[in-house]
Formats: sequence, structure tokens, C-alpha cells
Amino acid sequence: MTQQLPHPYSQYKMTIGIECHVQLATRTKLFSAADNDAREATPNSKIVPIDFGLPGMLPVLNRRAVELAVKAAKALNADVALESRFDRKHYFYPDLPKGYQISQMYQPIILAGYLDAPLESGETVRVRIHHAHLEEDAGKLTHKDGYSLVDLNRAGTPLIEIVSEPDIHSASAAKAYASELHKLMIYAGVSRGDLYHGNMRFDVNISVAKHEAKALGTRAEVKNLNSFKSVEKAAEYEFKRQVDLLESGGRVVQETRGWDDTKLITISQRSKEDAQDYRYMPDADIPPIRLTSEQVNEIQANVPMLPFEYRNSWKELELDISVIEALLSNQSYAKLVDEIKQTSTNAHARRVAHWFASAIRPEDDVTVQQLSALKPAGFIELADMVEADELSSTAAKEVFSELLVSDHTAREIAEQRNLIQNSDEDEIATIVDAVLSDPASARSIEDIKAGKDKAIGYLVGQIMKLSAGKANPALAQKLLRERLR
Amino acid sequence: MKTITEYLQSGLSATEMVKQALARAKQVADYNSFLSLTEERALKRAAQIDSGEISGKLAGVPFVVKDNMLAFGAPTTAASVMLKDFHAPLQATAVEKLEAEGAICIGKSNLDAFAHGGSTENSAYGVTKNAHDTKRVAGGSSGGSAVITALDVVPFALGTDTGGSIRQPASFNGVVGIKPTYGTVSRYGVVAMASSTDTIGCFTHTAADADVVMGIMAGRDANDMTTLPNFWNEKSNSVKKSLQIGLIKETMGDGIDTEVQAAVYEYAERLKGAGHTVREVSMPTISYSLGMYYVIVPAEISSNLARYDGVRYGYRSQNATSLEELYGQSRDQGFEMENKRRIMIGSFVLSSGFFDAYYQQAQKARALLCSEFDELFASYDLLLSPVSPTPAFAIGQKTNDPIQMYKADIMTVPASLAGLPAVSVPAGVSSTGLPVGAQLIGPQKSDRLLLRLAAQLEKGA
Repeated sequence: MTQQLPHPYSQYKMTIGIECHVQLATRTKLFSAADNDAREATPNSKIVPIDFGLPGMLPVLNRRAVELAVKAAKALNADVALESRFDRKHYFYPDLPKGYQISQMYQPIILAGYLDAPLESGETVRVRIHHAHLEEDAGKLTHKDGYSLVDLNRAGTPLIEIVSEPDIHSASAAKAYASELHKLMIYAGVSRGDLYHGNMRFDVNISVAKHEAKALGTRAEVKNLNSFKSVEKAAEYEFKRQVDLLESGGRVVQETRGWDDTKLITISQRSKEDAQDYRYMPDADIPPIRLTSEQVNEIQANVPMLPFEYRNSWKELELDISVIEALLSNQSYAKLVDEIKQTSTNAHARRVAHWFASAIRPEDDVTVQQLSALKPAGFIELADMVEADELSSTAAKEVFSELLVSDHTAREIAEQRNLIQNSDEDEIATIVDAVLSDPASARSIEDIKAGKDKAIGYLVGQIMKLSAGKANPALAQKLLRERLR
Repeated sequence: MKTITEYLQSGLSATEMVKQALARAKQVADYNSFLSLTEERALKRAAQIDSGEISGKLAGVPFVVKDNMLAFGAPTTAASVMLKDFHAPLQATAVEKLEAEGAICIGKSNLDAFAHGGSTENSAYGVTKNAHDTKRVAGGSSGGSAVITALDVVPFALGTDTGGSIRQPASFNGVVGIKPTYGTVSRYGVVAMASSTDTIGCFTHTAADADVVMGIMAGRDANDMTTLPNFWNEKSNSVKKSLQIGLIKETMGDGIDTEVQAAVYEYAERLKGAGHTVREVSMPTISYSLGMYYVIVPAEISSNLARYDGVRYGYRSQNATSLEELYGQSRDQGFEMENKRRIMIGSFVLSSGFFDAYYQQAQKARALLCSEFDELFASYDLLLSPVSPTPAFAIGQKTNDPIQMYKADIMTVPASLAGLPAVSVPAGVSSTGLPVGAQLIGPQKSDRLLLRLAAQLEKGA
């Protein structure tokens, strides 16, 4: 958000910290063997007695969830605590079967770190991570007229809650942070990142204060945002709401607010006075998680290349930031482009990068599909053909689109579609001469000689027609100009 | 018939053994030691054993579970209104393991509701009477199982011990009771009281029988992360010719009934007679252990009992008109007074501003207590003390004075806080004919040593 804000907004600065709940891509829940993928499942069909909070049930920690947290630490440039513990957070609500949530209050598994979020301007904003901890999700309530329904499918789903420092000072930076976090978690294999199904949920803490103020203002927390856009919009709305409130002589109340995605406004939910005492205590059912540096290194060695590593790798490709970010919105594309860079030429990688970037539509922003079947060879071949002038850039795009979904080689596709262009100078010269000697061309030739350069279009068109569309248009134009000079 | 060996060598069929136990159970119904009999299921299993379908080390031997362990055949009530009609969908690991060896559960025993108490007077279903004097308490919280064993209904009964709930009723009823090293037996399927001190043990007539039962129940369970690898099968350490035994001085002074002291001194003499050395030792921290216990354990109770909210299962108040009322009324009506008292204490010590002052301090003190035990075990093989300051007290004597009731736990809570094994053995009889127990406490995983020593003395008796 770089536009100039009107007075009095320009006198204020916003400060934002974000807590993000990331659902881990484990097969089973954090403390039970129940299926962790409850998307579209019948309510209460993905639960075992542990998730139901039956008497006598005990949590059994999912080893894979610990491994994913260790991977997340790498993505967040953070150290892993070699000893971490679980605590119980108590409150009564029907979506919480045990009357407490198992979380990590005192000794979280992920220590301080940071991430660099790229802004549209090309700059980056560094946001420090305070810590991140493992915890279980609660279930879901659906309120009906006079009664409520409880679905515990999601109860016990493993999460890591990533807590940022208040290092964010604009709505666009908040969006960039959320988006970068999303990429990092997907790339590291930590989460499926399915935002539609709530795989990542953001709580945005925001306060405003005059630029010269030394202390931060009172913050409000907007909870449960599940898209980058809503993070940005909620921050923009809150900034204005809080400044308006202060300017009209009011004061900001520390409270939790909800987000109305239709009206694009935040709504007060509960104030600090209603804040619960969670009575945290260590969970004696779960021994501490103890890891060695060797174990951490071994797990982290399996983390695939991360977004910031791709950006570094691609510096020499001199790609536009929009192209880079478009590519990074799909891990398969990024991986493929980088493989081409490693195994072929930078020019090829650059060409393929542009093809992929233009193939990504804005709605692909939330990418979950992984096109792992893509192999670099086909794209290298395609780039070779373009470089050898065998394909026009339009034809190349057509072949590229087909290559994404086809088993055929680039050449096979180009041949099937009759797209290979003729770049044989002698053959094209013959056609050029034929066109120039055609009386119908006389008018255009005169025009060109008179300086009306646009008239060359007609001649090129005639050449393409005579060659059944296969003549290399650039070569045809070059030969035409030589003859009309 | 008293012991497991006698049952196994009786020549009776499983059906006969079970029928006999059920008949005896009905005969002693006045003691109110049973909450339910699992007659139908027990007879069915007995038939399976008689037909050879099920076999094992305890084939056909009847036993009883404390009704805070999930077991089939009758509801698992925890002696509460809250779980009055709760039918478990699975069985506790300990019960499963015993059944896998052919043992047959014939019923479920009474306890203080949710195992909160030391007299079985806190049961929602009435007090259990002492096996030796029906005007006196059975002890608790595993009072029912202790009385059932003492009355020879079955050769062994299961209990849970969080702060003395096996050892004290064993002492009050004149049977052997073992609280194993924390983590010996899986807690899976046991209604949780205090996660850091809950243990599963048993009542028997002999230490040898306890060794058999514990050996079957012990071992790592994938469903309980705090279980230890099975040390029961490790090469058995026969009792050394001469053990160094420390008699804890602080447990033999003021406030301890002189007849209890006399019985423990007598037991000490018998130990010496068997060639062991008994010397007085001091454990200054022990006097603070009650304070630690009644901070830490209520804290864990307040947490573990939060799940009983009337929403998914268990008692639900029918008069509630809001969510808050549903919680408040269901918990008010479903819990006993003692449950509520402990939940209140626990919620208080965990609340913001008091957590450091109470809970954290208690945990620090607990660490001191543990190191004091460690120091003593550097010089002594095991420790000796009374189990309870007095023999069984009269029913109703302490019900209006929770502090007096808590004080009766002074001898048993130290081993619980430190996770140590402790055995309550019959040591003597008071002038009024009440049994008095002595307590042997050992370092972690010395459970078998304690039982072997107890067995050695039984032979000498």
C-alpha cells in the first residue's frame, strides 16, 4: 500500500504482529491414530476415543509431527529446541473434548528465527519470529437455531503456531508475510497449505500510534483470517478504524475481533475483561521431546529447496520480480525452472521461466497441486527449438501449454500441430521474390519506399499466406527489407 | 482358598471357581465392597476356559477390578454419579493383559469417587466397611478391592495408588498391597486422577502372588508414553543375605499411634532376625511432602476432570438453559463434595498469579524430596515406615474434617511424589484386633526386591 494516505492517517504508523496456525501434513493426528485429513468428511467420522476425550485415554505423540516442526524451523531460519515440552491450556468449550488443549507454553520446539518477505516494490521486509510451538487443534461448532452441533473431526489435528515479532508496519507487508509463510510451509513439506480448508489461519494483532510516539498503541486482535487478501484488508480496516477512533477522541480497547469477509469489516467479539485464565500446567502424560543435533540435521537435510533459495539461485537469470513470485506460487514450476538452470543454459531457464509465469493465472495463487510428473527435458527441447528459430514465440506458447498435460515430446507436439516454421533462407527468398513481383504488391512497395513502414505488414502477410503460415516471419521481414533498401 | 497357587491347584473348573467367587461376593454384600458383579461375562469367559478356548498362567482365576478402570461387563462408574451409566468401549491395558492370561474379572469394587479420598466414604454409592470391623472404614481410595481380598472373595484384586490408595487400605484390612514404580503398568484405560503419580497395583494375600500379578501387568504400552520397558522379567535379583534398611525417623514420632509404632518396630526386629540391618535414618523433607502433594495432585485433578462436562458422555443436568449452566449444574450434580474441593484447590493453585507461588514451589520441593530419597538409597537398599499413622478409623470420624483426612496420607505420599515402589505388608494387630501394616519403600524398579523381601518374612512368620 504505497499510495499517499490522506490526513490524518498519514500521522499514524501501524504495528502488526501475526500469529499463524499451520496445519501439519501428517497422516494421523498429533496424539491419536485418527485420520488427519478431515476435508469434506462426515462430522465425527475421523475420531478415536482419544479425540473424544473418553476417560482413561492418553495422548501418544506423533513422531512425524515433530519431524515436520523440525523442518519448519529450517524454513523459518530458527533453531530447534533440543528439549521441548507440552503443557495444558484449560478452558471449557464444547469443541474442546478434554477441557484443555495440549500446547507448548513454556518450552516450545521452535526458537527465534526470521523470514524475509518480498514486497511488490522489489524490496523485502524482514520479520522476526518470536517462536513457534506444536499444539492440537480444537473441533468445530455449528450454531443452529436454539442448539449447536459439535464436530470433532478436526480435534487433535497437529498445528504449529508461528508467532511473529511486531515487525510489520503496513497492510501490504502483512500480506507479504502471510504469503511468504505459506510458501515456506508448503515448500518445506510442513503443510498442504490448503487455505480453503483452513490449513493456515492468521491472527493479526494490530495497533496504531503517532509516528513520534515512543510506546505502541493498544492492540486489537483480528482472529481467524484464512486468506492473504483478508489479512491485508483487515489490517487496512483496523488501521483506519483505530485512527478514526483516536482522532474522534475515543480510545482503542484491547479486544478480540472477527472478520466479515463480505462486508470487509472487523467486529468486536470479546474484550480483555472477558479474557480467560488458562491455568497452564505441564502435561505429565507426555514425556519431554528430546532431540540431538544429529537428528535435527538429518531431518533438515531432507528439506527441499526453499523459496529464498530459489530467489538466490535465480538472481543471475535477471527475472522480473513478478515473474519470480509467479513461478514460486507453484513449487513444481519453481523446481523445474531451477533444474533447467542447473542442467541447461541460463537463457533456456529464463525462457521457460517466462512461459511458466505467463501460464499461471491469478486464481492459482493458492496452489496445492503438485505437478511432479513434469520433466525438464521437454522444456529444454522446446527452448532449443525456439532458439533455432524452429518455432515462433506464439507457436512455442501453444506447444508449452500442451507439454504441461501431454506425454509427447515438444517436437512431436509441434509437428502434430504443424507449427514448425521455415527458416531456410533460400526457400523464403524465393517466396519473397514471388510476392514482390506480384502486381498486387506494387502499392505497398511504393508506400514503403515513401517511408510508410507499416505497409510492410501486408507483404509479410502475403509471404505467410504463400508459405502456409510456416515461414519465419522475422526472416521474411529481414529479406524484404534487404530487397527494398 | 486364599492364594493364586491354591486356586490353580484346586482342581476346580474355571466355572466352579467363578461361581464360588460370585457366591462369596453375594454372601459379603453387607460390606458394600462391590459396585457391580460382571456375572454374565465372567461365566461366559469361564466356559471358554473350560472348553480350552482360552488358556494362560491365570486360567480361570477370578479377580476384581477397582471401578476406575475401564472393563467390560458393567459400567465403569469411578463410584460417581458422573459416570453412573458409562459403558466402556475398550478395556484398560492392565485388565486386557490379565484376561489374556485367562484371569476372569467377576466384578468391580467400590472406591472414593474418582479415587479422591482415603476411606471409601466419598463413594456416591455408599461406604465400604472394613473387613475386620464393620464400624470402621476400609481405607481408600481402593477400599473395595482391599476388603474383597481380605474377605477371600478372590485371590487378587486391582487397585490404583496415587498417594496411598492401595497401601493404606491394604494396611487397614491386613493384606499385601503394592504400588509399583511409576510407569510400571500402563495407565491406559484408567480414569485419570493425577497423571504424574497415578499407578496401578494389586491386593493379594502373599507377596509371591503380587509378584505374579504385577509381572503380567507390567511393561511398555504403546498407548501410554510414560510406561517403562518391562523390568519385571529382568534377571531376578535374589534377596541379598544382608540388606541395609533405613527406618525413617520422622514417621515414627509424635502423632503416630503407639500400636502402629510397635508393629513397625516388631517388623524391624523380624527383618533383623532374617539377617538384615535396620538403622534409623532421617528424611527432613518428608514433613513437607503432604503440602507438596495437596498442591500438585489437586492441580492435576482439576485438569484431568475437566473433560467431564456433560457434553459428550456422562451425567448431564436436565435443567440447564445455557452452556454455562450445563457445565455448572452437570459438574455440581455429577461430582462428590471431595471431587469439587480438589478441583477448586487445583484450579486455584494453577490460576494466574498463584501458579508460581504454589504449583511451581511444590514442584521444586518435590525435586528436593526426590534427591533426599536418592541420597538415602546411596547407603540403604530400602526404607521402612508405617503405612498410616493409625489403624482403620471409625466410619464418619473424619468426614467433616478434610485436613485430618489428608494428614492420614503423610506416610504414603512421599513414595508417590518420587515415583518409587512401595509395598504395604501386614505387620501386626492392634489391641482391638485391627490389622497394622508396615511399608517398604525402594529405589526405582526395585519392586521385585521389595516383594521378595516381604515373601522372605512371610515364610518366617
